Amino acid sequence: MIPTNYYIVLSAILFGLGVLAFIFKRNIISIFMSIELMLNAVNLAFVAFSQAMHKLDGQVFVLFVIVVAAAEAAVGLAIIILTARNRQSLNVERVDLLKL
Amino acid sequence: MTAPLIIFFVLATLAVGGALSLIFQKHPIHSALSLIVVMVALAGLYLLMGAEFVAAVQIIVYGGAIMVLFVFVIMLLNAGIEEHTNFSKLAGFPGLLLAFALTGFIAATIARSTDTVQAASQPGNMASTRDLSTMIFKDFVYPFELTSFLILVAVLGAIVLAQREAKP
Amino acid sequence: MNAFLYANAWLIITVVKVALLLFIVLTVNAYLTWFERKVVAHIQSRWGPHRVGPHGLLQPMADGLKFLFKEDPTPAGVDRFVYFLAPLVALALALTSIAIIPFGPDPLPWKILGQTIYLGILPPNVNIGILALFAITALGVYGVALAGWSSNSKYPLLGGLRSSAQMISYELALTLSVVGVLLIAGSFNLTEIINDQTSRYGILGWNIFPQFLGFLCFFTAAVAETNRVPFDLPEAESELVAGFHTEYASFKFAMFFIAEYTSMITVSCLCAILFFGGWLSPFPASWTWTYYLPTALLLPAGLWVIWDGLHYETIFGKVILPGIGAVLCILAIALVIFPGVNNYIQAPFWLLSKIFVFLFVYVWMRGTLPRLRYDQLMAFGWKMLLPVSIANVVITSFAILRWGAIK
Repeated sequence: MIPTNYYIVLSAILFGLGVLAFIFKRNIISIFMSIELMLNAVNLAFVAFSQAMHKLDGQVFVLFVIVVAAAEAAVGLAIIILTARNRQSLNVERVDLLKL
Repeated sequence: MTAPLIIFFVLATLAVGGALSLIFQKHPIHSALSLIVVMVALAGLYLLMGAEFVAAVQIIVYGGAIMVLFVFVIMLLNAGIEEHTNFSKLAGFPGLLLAFALTGFIAATIARSTDTVQAASQPGNMASTRDLSTMIFKDFVYPFELTSFLILVAVLGAIVLAQREAKP
Repeated sequence: MNAFLYANAWLIITVVKVALLLFIVLTVNAYLTWFERKVVAHIQSRWGPHRVGPHGLLQPMADGLKFLFKEDPTPAGVDRFVYFLAPLVALALALTSIAIIPFGPDPLPWKILGQTIYLGILPPNVNIGILALFAITALGVYGVALAGWSSNSKYPLLGGLRSSAQMISYELALTLSVVGVLLIAGSFNLTEIINDQTSRYGILGWNIFPQFLGFLCFFTAAVAETNRVPFDLPEAESELVAGFHTEYASFKFAMFFIAEYTSMITVSCLCAILFFGGWLSPFPASWTWTYYLPTALLLPAGLWVIWDGLHYETIFGKVILPGIGAVLCILAIALVIFPGVNNYIQAPFWLLSKIFVFLFVYVWMRGTLPRLRYDQLMAFGWKMLLPVSIANVVITSFAILRWGAIK
């Protein structure tokens, strides 16, 4: 079958790509999506370890992570809508009222 | 090259391809579609590992609810193609290299670390939904009730935040 | 060549099965459109299509040819990738959901190419059967939303947003109304849910009796989910031109069309399986005379088709219709002569009859009910259907705690 470290390496690669997307994208919704990508990478690691150790705790934790991600997406997107209304732009570099 | 290994590589390529597409697409709706591809590929990987309930929940909640929310917000805010900023390409290169180095370092460390990780290549056993639900409602019942409260708070927050301002 | 076949036998057999099932589903879709047009027409005191073949039976073929040959314009300013992707997503998801539905309990094993394949009905034993169907339904929102948005036009955008908002709202009620059945059966597996409904008294074991409220909620939510009357405001012709598929021309529109009718078929299958006993006969198993019901239905049908075909003057009517009738009669007689085949055919016969009844109810509703206005629709979904579904879950849980599993 498939050794567990294959899954872990894939999870690390996805997490790294999520970090890259977070840093390089300028649209706030894309940045938010990269956060979801990082959460998914972590979920993959959880499930891989849960199946490796034949315990179900990892999968229960994955369910909780999914629920928390849902709540976070709801509130975060509401905040994004407000920000977009206020600044009339979805570019993070436009939210710079506190800049010197 | 057994069949599970081929399926694993296909799904892994889909996931990484989707993530790369998320970075390189200019329009946020294409990034959202790439992220949906990543999530479906990950659900396939969960199925391959034998975690069938988690795979179904991933598609229903992540792919069918959260990403729908993203797609709706992109449509409603009429998000267009990203603007071009002038960030220095000179600083981009070492940054990119460092990012790859960091990822590679994490991956290599984990992949070589413990014997559990290396040795656990037995056939994946199907995680029974009955055991999973017993565990949620017996050992983890307190976090479960807390998450329901969290969702209530999130719903209230989203409604209050996204309201239109009351006209005077 | 032989070695190649033997080595990849499993793969080749799977591909053949998939192709066969797809062919059957697409044909059933085509004749479902014929059925709908005829039944709605008769409800409205007119004949439906009756020119294109005897009783209009060739109308779906004519429609298919039309869809293939019509001009396919792409509007200006659309997002091309998403515009082409949306109908593909809708069609692929709708067709995938048929794979999970079991059509019969026990397959006949047959050896071919060194592999034991199961001839006929193979029950897919998916442990999370129902959950996988809900996952596919959840992804179906994308087809509609992306189609509406990518068309770069007002009517499709409004229609797409309304339609997808309606689908998400009723998805909750759909999922919750099934929880009662899952509590009784104790498993997500569709085969086990059906086996849980067996009883000595036939029809009394079906889930419709403990879960009548659940069935009503499920059927209503499913009709809303598939965007059919009375919930079809987002795609009604007098309201929003044609809703989210306004800007889609020949073949892409056909893809949406096939997706909608296939999801109708899937919902009918689910209703039959979850609440009406699936492939179980309504008569108690001790009444073995009921095994001859398929024969009793096929023989008169075959004789009527033969008699009707002799009226026609065209070759199709005079030759093919009596031919079909003759085949039906021979089938009926063969069922009497070979009791093994008769026993095997009972399960799919009952399931197909129940699916047919539900499809008839769908078409019947289309011919008779007026449609709901959009705000009435959303209010009904959130304020009435969702609380009733939750109440159903609560009542079922209390009943199970009090009296044990209801059997």
